[in-house]
Amino acid sequence: MTFPSRIRGGLTRRRFVTGLGAGGLLASLPRTSHAFSSKASSGIIPPMPSDRWDLKIGHTRISLDGKTMHAPTAGGTVPGPILRFKQGDTVSINVTNTLNEPTSIHWHGIRTPSNMDGVPGLSFSGIAPGETFTYRFKLHQSGTYWYHSHSGMQEAMGLYGALVIDPRRPDPNACDRDYVIFLGEWTDVMPDDIVSNLKMQDDYYVFRQRTAASFPKEAREAGSAGAALADRLAWSKMRMAATDIADVSGAIYTYTLNGHAPDMNWSGLFRPGEKVRLRFINGSTMTFFDVRIPGLEMLVVQADGNDIEPVPVDEFRIGVAETYDVIVQPKDERAYAIFAQSEDRTGYARGTLAPREGMIAPLPPMDPRPVRTMVDMGMGNMKPGESMKDMDMSGDMSGMKMDGDMAGMDMHGMDMKGMDMSHMAMPKMEVDDPGPPPINVENQMRAMMPIDRTGSPGDGLENNGRRVLNYKQLRATRPGADLRPPTREIILHLTGNMERYIWGMNGRKFSESGPIRLKLGERVRFTLINDTMMEHPIHLHGLWSELENGQGDYRPYKHTIISQPGSKLSYLVTADTPGMWAYHCHLMYHMDLGMFRTVIVA
Amino acid sequence: MKHALSLTVLALAALSGTARADQPTYHAADAPEATPVVYIGNIKPAMDQGTWLHGIFNQLEGRYAPGGTDFRWDGEAWFGGDYNKIWLKSEGTLEKGRLSDGDHELLYTRSISPYWNLQGGVRMDLDDGPTRTWGAFGIEGLALYEFEFGATAYVSDRGRFAARIEGSYDFLLTNRLILQPQAEFNFYTKSDAGRQAGAGLSDVDAGLRLRYELWRKFAPYVAVTYSGYLTQARRIAHDQHDDTGSVRFSLGVRSWF
Repeated sequence: MTFPSRIRGGLTRRRFVTGLGAGGLLASLPRTSHAFSSKASSGIIPPMPSDRWDLKIGHTRISLDGKTMHAPTAGGTVPGPILRFKQGDTVSINVTNTLNEPTSIHWHGIRTPSNMDGVPGLSFSGIAPGETFTYRFKLHQSGTYWYHSHSGMQEAMGLYGALVIDPRRPDPNACDRDYVIFLGEWTDVMPDDIVSNLKMQDDYYVFRQRTAASFPKEAREAGSAGAALADRLAWSKMRMAATDIADVSGAIYTYTLNGHAPDMNWSGLFRPGEKVRLRFINGSTMTFFDVRIPGLEMLVVQADGNDIEPVPVDEFRIGVAETYDVIVQPKDERAYAIFAQSEDRTGYARGTLAPREGMIAPLPPMDPRPVRTMVDMGMGNMKPGESMKDMDMSGDMSGMKMDGDMAGMDMHGMDMKGMDMSHMAMPKMEVDDPGPPPINVENQMRAMMPIDRTGSPGDGLENNGRRVLNYKQLRATRPGADLRPPTREIILHLTGNMERYIWGMNGRKFSESGPIRLKLGERVRFTLINDTMMEHPIHLHGLWSELENGQGDYRPYKHTIISQPGSKLSYLVTADTPGMWAYHCHLMYHMDLGMFRTVIVA
Repeated sequence: MKHALSLTVLALAALSGTARADQPTYHAADAPEATPVVYIGNIKPAMDQGTWLHGIFNQLEGRYAPGGTDFRWDGEAWFGGDYNKIWLKSEGTLEKGRLSDGDHELLYTRSISPYWNLQGGVRMDLDDGPTRTWGAFGIEGLALYEFEFGATAYVSDRGRFAARIEGSYDFLLTNRLILQPQAEFNFYTKSDAGRQAGAGLSDVDAGLRLRYELWRKFAPYVAVTYSGYLTQARRIAHDQHDDTGSVRFSLGVRSWF
């Protein structure tokens, strides 16, 4: 049994302080961490669905891995209680706020009327201290979802939980055992402090940069010292870091599984031969997880609450706010580790599937941390040498801009659907193309040749010898509900300036932008071009995002879509529910620093 | 004083004109509309207009010499948002109970590009020597290859001009052990014997500091520093029987909040 989060990253100040204080705190606060092993975060779904739930929002003092926080919680635990509903029911949830500040609960991925979506400013004015707000809506969908606060930084501090909706018809994925696996992070650093630190120093939490000490290893990997040096100089000339994988790392985060730190080892029981359904939810603030269960094949049967044709995999990446349901069938009378390493490999969340309580499975070693490449820079598949001279950090891009009905076509003609549109004389589609984003205070780069990366499992997972899920494999079990072609395409660039820690779209943060207006009933294609070097899990409230991944009418319905760095992807949206909706990156500090838009359907 | 103020006014006027040079045409999610969205309860769903307060001592050190150790500081603090900030810079050397090289600036700072800021404001030379007041205008930011760089021009209340160029670079030996070369050069158009300033390149202050980041905000360091006068200023210092330049072994702490 290792205790990785203590060893890793050396002695940060936080760790130093909490390390000193932990003994005393634990002694004076008997069994505070017990809250984490209480029934609410056991991952066990309530035995029966209900159409009525009460949630009490209050402060709870919680200690985990020596990190104590006076956290806003639902029902006194982190995560909050698992809510179970039945499809077709009209449900009411009474949310009582006992905090001394306003709160809110957003039902992530649930299609509700806009006034029930729980976003202060867009849906309602929030739930005032002492007030009870009753959410009431009809559930048209089924599957695995989650809920979280949309007020201030409450979500980053622990105000979230899982939500399970039973299908009306018999569940094709019914199993002998059914667990929620809620992935998250825990820290005692206040979210505002994290943001403030990132504003002063963007790599504040990154302790795995390229250094003189790591140079010999890079030279070996690159083939020569010259090649390694050239690559370094290229990155440093761009004033960027190839090691920029996650903004906030295991230096302060303890990664959790159902609210359990790795050493607490959450356990789910099974009898050999049983089918076990695991409902993975990434409810973290800033962390992508790469999940596997060594020794077991996982059958991915649901993505973002919607059934898909089963895909057998060894591993999958789950972006912030996504959900995946997998089925495993352990045959042996032994323990299996659920191993979810953070994308930057600074830590992991872990749990165990075992025939008996108290068993421990061996943990695999962590993979090497990914390093960003020219693909992430939006340079397509160019080699580093040739790409650098073409890298446009400030010049004019007007030559690259397409116009008219060809605008849907990818720059280097790879995107066949754009070609088809023009050849088949389909009704002319209106294209809102802002063109390449400006290089300005809020945006430091442009993806010159964004490529389709939906076939890639993501940075750090390519060619790792395992079968890793990618977006192209997601195929819905039934055709989409709206098969009309889109009449409009909205192209959006995801932009940011890591150095100043500003995020936005089209080189503008939220406060400098207008709303995206959709006509009620309109069918729209959203095309996202990622001009940053990071993944962004983009979440559209209230409406489905139907990912165009080559599956035709069986394209998967998602609520959160990862846009990989240097990539271009698109999804279709039917604007069938009127109101004001939030549309944002679900990395919480990206969202709050500007990668957010208001979508108005009217 | 009049010159200093007028330069500052000019600087500020220039700065305010740099706001968003490239206004694109309207696209979805671009420009705010003529009739802004009315948010329920006037609650903005994302708070991207925050202000922050930070301060840093890049140098806070003792410079050892057999005759007596000098104490030197060089730091700055800023408050503001993504585009507009107020900076306070301060540096000085305490030498045998006498404060020299005391230079303090209050600057309005405007972000103009991904990595660069324009600055304009006032500089006060305030120490045990004669006091001087300057208007200041400069540029500050991150140059190619991640060099920290700053260049500032000054015009004094007596109609004189000066300039300062400073830069530093962080070599990561490991993720916590960082070697930082740093240098600052001062230029003047006319000599000012009272402040030991000479026409032309007047003085240089440089250091090679090896710090260990115990945590990000607290890093003790050892350093070799050099402080000295050049050309005409060197003669002035020499005539005043002052130290014209010396290499010192130094110990200090880099810290910020």
